[in-house]
Amino acid sequence: MKPLLDVRGLVTEFPGPSGKGLRAVDDISFQLSRGEVLGLVGESGSGKSVTGFSLMGLIDKPGKVTAGQILFDGEDLVAASPERRRGLRGRRIAMVFQDPMMTLNPVLRIGTQITESLHAHERISRRAARARAREALAMVGIPSPDERLDAYPHEFSGGMRQRVAIAIAMLHQPDLIIADEPTTALDVTIQAQIISEFQKLTEEQGTAVIWITHDLAIVSSLADRIAVMYGGRIIETGGIASVLETPRHPYTHGLIRSVPSENSRGSRLAQIPGVTPSLARMPDGCAFRTRCKRATEECHARPEQFGTELSYHRCFHPYEEVYA
Amino acid sequence: MTLPAEKATPRQAAHAATIPLVEMRAISRRFGSKPDPAARISIALGAAKPPAVVHALDEVDLTIRAGEVLGLVGESGCGKSTLGRIAAGILPPTSGQFLWKGQDRAALRGQALRDADLAAQMIFQNPMASLNPRMNIETLVAEAPAIHGLISGKRTDYVDDYLRMVGFDPTMKRRLPHQFSGGQRARVNIARALAVQPEFLVCDESVAALDVSIQAQILNVFMDLRERLDLTYLFVSHDLGVVEHISDRVAIMYLGRVVEEAPVEEIFSRPNHPYTQALLAEVPRIKPGKRKFQAVKGELPSPLAPPQGCHFHPRCPFASERCRVEAPKRKTIAPGHSSACHLNDQPTI
Repeated sequence: MKPLLDVRGLVTEFPGPSGKGLRAVDDISFQLSRGEVLGLVGESGSGKSVTGFSLMGLIDKPGKVTAGQILFDGEDLVAASPERRRGLRGRRIAMVFQDPMMTLNPVLRIGTQITESLHAHERISRRAARARAREALAMVGIPSPDERLDAYPHEFSGGMRQRVAIAIAMLHQPDLIIADEPTTALDVTIQAQIISEFQKLTEEQGTAVIWITHDLAIVSSLADRIAVMYGGRIIETGGIASVLETPRHPYTHGLIRSVPSENSRGSRLAQIPGVTPSLARMPDGCAFRTRCKRATEECHARPEQFGTELSYHRCFHPYEEVYA
Repeated sequence: MTLPAEKATPRQAAHAATIPLVEMRAISRRFGSKPDPAARISIALGAAKPPAVVHALDEVDLTIRAGEVLGLVGESGCGKSTLGRIAAGILPPTSGQFLWKGQDRAALRGQALRDADLAAQMIFQNPMASLNPRMNIETLVAEAPAIHGLISGKRTDYVDDYLRMVGFDPTMKRRLPHQFSGGQRARVNIARALAVQPEFLVCDESVAALDVSIQAQILNVFMDLRERLDLTYLFVSHDLGVVEHISDRVAIMYLGRVVEEAPVEEIFSRPNHPYTQALLAEVPRIKPGKRKFQAVKGELPSPLAPPQGCHFHPRCPFASERCRVEAPKRKTIAPGHSSACHLNDQPTI
């Protein structure tokens, strides 16, 4: 079966201080089928959010997608006209952002913001649009949706605002939702509510999801597949169980072991030395080699994707596939 | 390396085992404006409403023994930061008694008060906002110990020692805070708190803003320092994974009250309070395999108008009539394990 989304060699560049392009997203490839959840994991500055924005076509100038293809249902979005992309955005590809206070307009009523998106993509009467908006709010579990349509964002709590953002994203029953850290700003109990809302909706409607996060634990209980980013590249990807149980790349390995867990109590955490280098100072070859204890001379060359299209890593000295 | 803070004998005297370092008795803290005389008259006449008062802390009892790490967990708005500030001595309680090494802190004067102030230090949440952007790292770290006359040798040596202790390269100490990453700034914050040679550190969400790999580095720094300097911590966090990793004992807060307190193994294996159980059930763990999230219904009520009776009853699946009217007292249910829930009064089924 043809995948819903097929990203091939995507590069997004921002001009650097010396005029040289800085690659925030550096030659990434991945695929996503309908109804699948992909966890896109990385630390700050790894390029995971820029990847999301590139897919949405929301990269601000002077940033630019300079190479690669984004095949969405067979159509290359990189080559598509701005009008075409606008037609897709919000209707077939939707995005949920991290901070719901920043994404909702503070001076418009919730109902207005929801129906705005309906009027943009469909010929629909005001009354019908309002009914749809009401339905959408009820679907994400907001109590008394009729009254809430007339409320302003500041009257909602953080969790409720994020529900509104999800309701807007789900309005047109899109094929793909890109969720950029949608629960990071929320408390644990509210986070669980939002995730369960997402699980319900994606199962019912078969929506594919790219869940961008730094939290491996959330991804492990939510996603089918995982892609780990470092320095603008996907350094490892595959099925959730295989990557988390037998990580091949030393960065993935280190990242998993640095998460505090029930087994680590009272002991030192395994830590990755150093910090993520800035884009301008990214080492040549493997971006991780300056922090990696397995690195050798060979790592000055750029590692290719070892493995299949769906499951690969970029490391010359990977961990064995099975280890105790 | 010789450090003034590294003393040959453990800092805590023999009687420390019996007298806790910090003891809070029925500590309450309310925030609200005091009405001026004119407003008070109109309130008395019924012409104006009394000003809104936030009950941030509601008769909290908490004990921290020397040498232990107490984790304080709760959702945003539950009062855990307020409790941390009171424990660090930078915020006075509205009512209740705060004992520092067995002495009433409110009664301390002069040198005794200064000693108590210095011995408890706080590491704040946002490492950018808590470092003066116009002071270089050396000045930031040296300022307080210089004022308190703690530096015996050369100032630069003193600063270098503390920076090295937290894993910060002392050659970069002439730079300004904005030139460093979040993780490096967190290290400076810790070094600054340590520089006045405290016994007790209050860490308020000190690793919340950091990336996973940096968080692991900072948590390791905390663990090392604890052993080396014989420190006691109050570790305030919303992240149960972090708290489980670092704490000896854990206290769970809900809307201004401590609802459960127990040793860390106990609370994670046998949580008693329905809120604790719900909270633990929702901690995502690295365990491949999709799972259903069963969320607690509703949200944290406003501390301006907390519910009557048990604060958790509107969200609690086991709530009964009694929970709606009577606030449960925290009772010991197992050695070292206390919980505030009416369910514990019923015979177990």
